[in-house]
Amino acid sequence: MSVLVNKDTRVVFTGITGKSGGFHAKQCLDYGTKIVAGVTPGKGGQTFEDQVPVFNTVADSVEKEGANTACVFVPPPFAADSILECIDSGIELIIAITEGIPVKDMAIVKRKLLESNSRLIGPNCPGIITPGECKIGIMPGYIHKPGTVGIVSRSGTLTYEAVWQVTSLGYGQSTCIGIGGDPINGTSHIDAIKLFNEDPDTEAIVMIGEIGGDAEEQAAAYIKENVKKPVAGFIAGVTAPPGRRMGHAGAIVSGGSGTAEAKIAAMEDAGIVVAKSPSDMGKALLEVWGK
Amino acid sequence: MNIHEYQAKKLFEKYGIPCPKGAATSSADEFEACIDSIEGDFVVVKSQIHAGGRGKGTFTNGYKGGVKLAKSKAEALEYANAMLGNTLVTIQTGPAGREVQTIYFTEGADIEKEYYLAILMDRATSAPVVVASTEGGVDIETVAEETPEKIFKQVVDPAIGLQAHQARKIAFQLGFEGKQAGACAKLIFNLYKMFWETDADMIEVNPMISTKDGGVSALDAKVGFDSNALYRQKEVVSYRDLNEEDSKEIEASKFDLNYIALDGNIACLVNGAGLAMATMDIINHVGGSAANFLDVGGGATAEQVTAAFKIILSDENVKGILVNIFGGIMQCDIIAEGIITAAKAVNLDKPLVVRLEGTNVEAGKKLLAESGIDLIAADDLPDAAKKIVETVAAAN
Repeated sequence: MSVLVNKDTRVVFTGITGKSGGFHAKQCLDYGTKIVAGVTPGKGGQTFEDQVPVFNTVADSVEKEGANTACVFVPPPFAADSILECIDSGIELIIAITEGIPVKDMAIVKRKLLESNSRLIGPNCPGIITPGECKIGIMPGYIHKPGTVGIVSRSGTLTYEAVWQVTSLGYGQSTCIGIGGDPINGTSHIDAIKLFNEDPDTEAIVMIGEIGGDAEEQAAAYIKENVKKPVAGFIAGVTAPPGRRMGHAGAIVSGGSGTAEAKIAAMEDAGIVVAKSPSDMGKALLEVWGK
Repeated sequence: MNIHEYQAKKLFEKYGIPCPKGAATSSADEFEACIDSIEGDFVVVKSQIHAGGRGKGTFTNGYKGGVKLAKSKAEALEYANAMLGNTLVTIQTGPAGREVQTIYFTEGADIEKEYYLAILMDRATSAPVVVASTEGGVDIETVAEETPEKIFKQVVDPAIGLQAHQARKIAFQLGFEGKQAGACAKLIFNLYKMFWETDADMIEVNPMISTKDGGVSALDAKVGFDSNALYRQKEVVSYRDLNEEDSKEIEASKFDLNYIALDGNIACLVNGAGLAMATMDIINHVGGSAANFLDVGGGATAEQVTAAFKIILSDENVKGILVNIFGGIMQCDIIAEGIITAAKAVNLDKPLVVRLEGTNVEAGKKLLAESGIDLIAADDLPDAAKKIVETVAAAN
């Protein structure tokens, strides 16, 4: 078992004919992901890697190939449009890898998501993987192995670090979700934690955050009230200089939160074992899990 | 990206946001012409730097005040000459301060009362939020802490934008009445239009004022823009002032590298912002200190990696380099080629620890091993951090 994606997930890859999109679509195919279609406007009728049909629109991929999940891999100026197209086409799960989408575009996307049945993961994220079944995104497949640890993180490469530590200690993952580092994203820490909490085959959870916003504090509050499964965590940015990306008014709306210290305190208060060093994420998991 | 107050005021005028008339110059020869263009008995002389707290700031030569009210044209000229070319230190500049390269002259305002007004992109609601307060001209964080009831917020639906009734509500919450409430609502409405159309991520007007003749006016302006949206904001980009940025950070931005200078002596080159922060954290955790934050991003080329090496080596404090790559979208063999090209191009003479993992890792390690470059390979993150910190400590 797993959350959100598995061996039956039917993926449409937007931006499949691009250099980077093509490379990673191939990697996903090689991993065993069912990529049933690609979309590049104007290139409909082509075939990717001699096996994946390319369409002009996402709607065509849904109608003709039964796509239910999308991986958005188009450049930032066109990415919000691609996500909106996926929503309009009834795609249930949209994973947006693109980094650098204007925040205004994402505010519109978020508004549209609220009145749809689609879920967005990302943008600016590594994607989602259920090891051994389905990889949608840019993470290196080999570092993962099937198992029972659910991992959620805002960072891409730091997630790989956590996964690699867990795998190296001999444990596998149910599903790993990279929710992305942008200020406005589709799926939050708390959403991912809820999914892992309800998944019978996820036994333990690793939550990795970083400075800024208060998503980790909210997730910690949720965990304190609702989650009995062991949770380990890490917050990146203890040594980051304050104020580099935050304005005055931002500090009002987020209250006093956003610092690494505030996040770590909220997480520890919720019974989460927080690794002091990024090299100890795996160890923190074993500690809280009693392994 | 931030802009100067006088540039923000140009945008204000374009969007019909009332503000005191003014003129800016970087040349002392033009001071008199600027001052002559100001109507009224008073002239406000304002140092233009990208930092708040200018009025209470002190110049490094001891001169006090980066914003001054002059009661005559001669006085205005005297103030401007004292400020231009000197370095102003405020609570936001750090001890090094910033050199004042532009002076902005404005007419004096007939202030009745000061208010606070801001619009920003709020991550909690994923929408723009208008923030207003009856307590203007003071530190807004203090107001939020001590008298939160004096702060009003209006979340805006991004799909339909700020509505007239929402702008009116804020004006009434601030205590405006009659025609003045209408003027305030219009100011807020136009400010939102500017916020949305220019891809701003924050506009702060502190203070906004009511005037004795029944008007409202944006006395100060602090505006920041979403750097992801600059590709479609030509006018905003034309306002970029490179003098306000760290030279290494400017160089980094030319190559799409995310670089922030820090105080330590171990440079790091990492892919991904989270891992870059975690790398700084672990360097500190094992007793070292990071010289920078550097995220080479997703698809870095050999050219970008070479540029990254040049930038981190231009920092005189750097005694060693840690490269930490966990390849996902980034392929390890490409970063390895970049490291090899860079090490040869810059004549690397400082200890270099490289940790590679992820996509195409074997090809990357092989390239490095065969390159003949003098580097220390590390197996994992703690090993890499320990090796660079120990090597740097031993060499010094």
